[in-house]
Amino acid sequence: MTGKFMLSRRDLLKTTAAGAALGLASAAFPIRAARAAAATVGFIYVGPKDDYGYNQAHAEGAASLKGVEGISIVEEENVPETVDVQKTMESMINLDGASLIFPTSFGYFDPHMLAMCAKFPDVQFRHCGGMWNKDKHPMNAGSYFGYIGMGQYLNGVVAGHTTKSKKLGFVAAKPIPQVLLNINSFLLGARSVDPAITCQVIFTGEWSLAVKEAEATNALIDQGADVVTCHVDSPKVVVETAAGRGAFICGYHANQSPLAPEKYLTGAEWNWAKVYKMFVDDLIAGKPLPNFTRGGLADGFVKMSPLGPAVGEAARKQFDATLAEMMKGGFSVIKGPLKSNKGTVVATEGQAFVETAIELESMDYLVEGVVGSTA
Amino acid sequence: METTDIGLWGVPLAMLGGAIRVSTPFIFVSLGEAITERSGRINLGLEGTLVFGAMSAYAVAVMTGSPWPGLLAAALAGLCFGLFHGWICKFPKVNDIAIGIALMLFGTGLAFFFGKPFIQPSAPDLPAIAFGAWSDIPQVQAALNVNVLFLIGAALAVFLWWAFRNTRIGLIVRVVGDSADAARAMGLNPNTVRLLATGVGGALAGIGGAYLSLYYPGSWTERISSGQGLMAVALVIFARWNPLGCFAAALLFGGAGALGPALQSVGVTQGYYLFYAAPYILTLIIMIATSSPSRTLAGAPGELSITK
Repeated sequence: MTGKFMLSRRDLLKTTAAGAALGLASAAFPIRAARAAAATVGFIYVGPKDDYGYNQAHAEGAASLKGVEGISIVEEENVPETVDVQKTMESMINLDGASLIFPTSFGYFDPHMLAMCAKFPDVQFRHCGGMWNKDKHPMNAGSYFGYIGMGQYLNGVVAGHTTKSKKLGFVAAKPIPQVLLNINSFLLGARSVDPAITCQVIFTGEWSLAVKEAEATNALIDQGADVVTCHVDSPKVVVETAAGRGAFICGYHANQSPLAPEKYLTGAEWNWAKVYKMFVDDLIAGKPLPNFTRGGLADGFVKMSPLGPAVGEAARKQFDATLAEMMKGGFSVIKGPLKSNKGTVVATEGQAFVETAIELESMDYLVEGVVGSTA
Repeated sequence: METTDIGLWGVPLAMLGGAIRVSTPFIFVSLGEAITERSGRINLGLEGTLVFGAMSAYAVAVMTGSPWPGLLAAALAGLCFGLFHGWICKFPKVNDIAIGIALMLFGTGLAFFFGKPFIQPSAPDLPAIAFGAWSDIPQVQAALNVNVLFLIGAALAVFLWWAFRNTRIGLIVRVVGDSADAARAMGLNPNTVRLLATGVGGALAGIGGAYLSLYYPGSWTERISSGQGLMAVALVIFARWNPLGCFAAALLFGGAGALGPALQSVGVTQGYYLFYAAPYILTLIIMIATSSPSRTLAGAPGELSITK
């Protein structure tokens, strides 16, 4: 028994040594020599590519690149926000020769993507979200995001006209700045219709937990919410549960109207095809890629689902007017006087944060009228 | 939509509704595992069976337009997984726990592979019976919308509890689980009994999966189970291999799981991560309270590889 064990350990050591030698060899003679002619772009998703949500929006953007001359795409889905994503990035770089990688999920950034940035200084990494900071992080990293809070404001406008109970519901994953901005925007949009409206938020704690999302939706509707929206990776469960209970829905990430055609009001959708095309055009032209990319409705980064059949005339009018206002640029959702739901002042009289304001990307409060807590 | 303000009553109501809605997969998987473990084998692969059952039920329901063929497909798929486990484990020196883990990964992987084209389409749901029709409060009506599978699960728990004590088949399963030598002396073949017990256990787990994808939450995604199959296997030990205990433990788990969202919905918003841990904390407390240093687990089948 012991002899057997020794042997297998020796075998193990041999294999490890061989592996290390191979690793050194590939570091000394990189396999990715012919990169200039055809560039490979890697996309990493945290869930399935066709989830009616976050990952589907990114995968549709990636799919739009497939016809582009000289570009090949590698994708991997269902990659957890753990050291697994580092392995995925390494294999995309070493085996597929990727020169640009989009790790699309929030938790991929720190420490996983940062570790890879240090290890592969020649490869460009662009992370979806607001985490990159030019004082703290390497220059072969960067971030891109859309001002989708504007879309949630428009959702709120329609919801504000549609609600009878004056209570809205929001199923949220985690209290990070982008989610908080969406919740606040949804409520403020509704309050632009009627300042008495409140919004109840339930955090599920995870980006994708089907049973908990269904429970959260039921709990919101039990408490009288009659328009529900969400910020989770796959809104399918929330949309179907809410529609089953007779509540109206505002969508998120992608167009979910086929799931509930009668109850779907409108939705805030990503348009990543536009963003990925911009990066790839720069890559082909040999130009340095931007480190900080942002855009909103006017830039085509974000779009709205077509208004559903349940949307009334007054709602339609205000929706169109607000959208036109936003398209002009300079629209601000967070403007004073405004307090958080804990009573602290977040914007003084006359103070306004336009969509591009960098302060919004470190939001840590819920505004007055939102029932919920960030911790 | 009519709404009534129910305020804090929402919490007990949500826990009741949650217990009914969330518990069904736990009930089926834990009853299936109870049968398997009573025969002296552990099948840890039921998580994989649950996920594969959810996928096959959804896929067949989408293709046929009716949930019932889907339910049947899930049960058959589960039966195949169970029989496969039972067949491999009959060979000498095969470890049933290791095979179970392998089958768990195999089942989930296979379900992801075949399930890809079914993430998007919508399947018809299994019907529910409106036990809340007497009430004019919509929240109560919603909470008491009880799916037929929950009722079948409850009846099955009582039946199994009775059958283990009072029927010949129940006795055979128990004797094989307690002492293979005694069973052989009686002229029984332990491997055949365990093969069938694992097969039935797998079929029940498949039905639990069908509930997930065809009723609540009612869609097929790759994260649909998030470990419920594994938890259900643990529930069997927690329930001391008693089918009625399995049913009660599943209800407890479902109700405690609904606590987190319900408390947030009435404005108790601080520390929700702690409330989400409620089912596990509760399990720990009960396990500690009912354990004893002076005796082994009451009701544990003697042939089980964890007690041998």
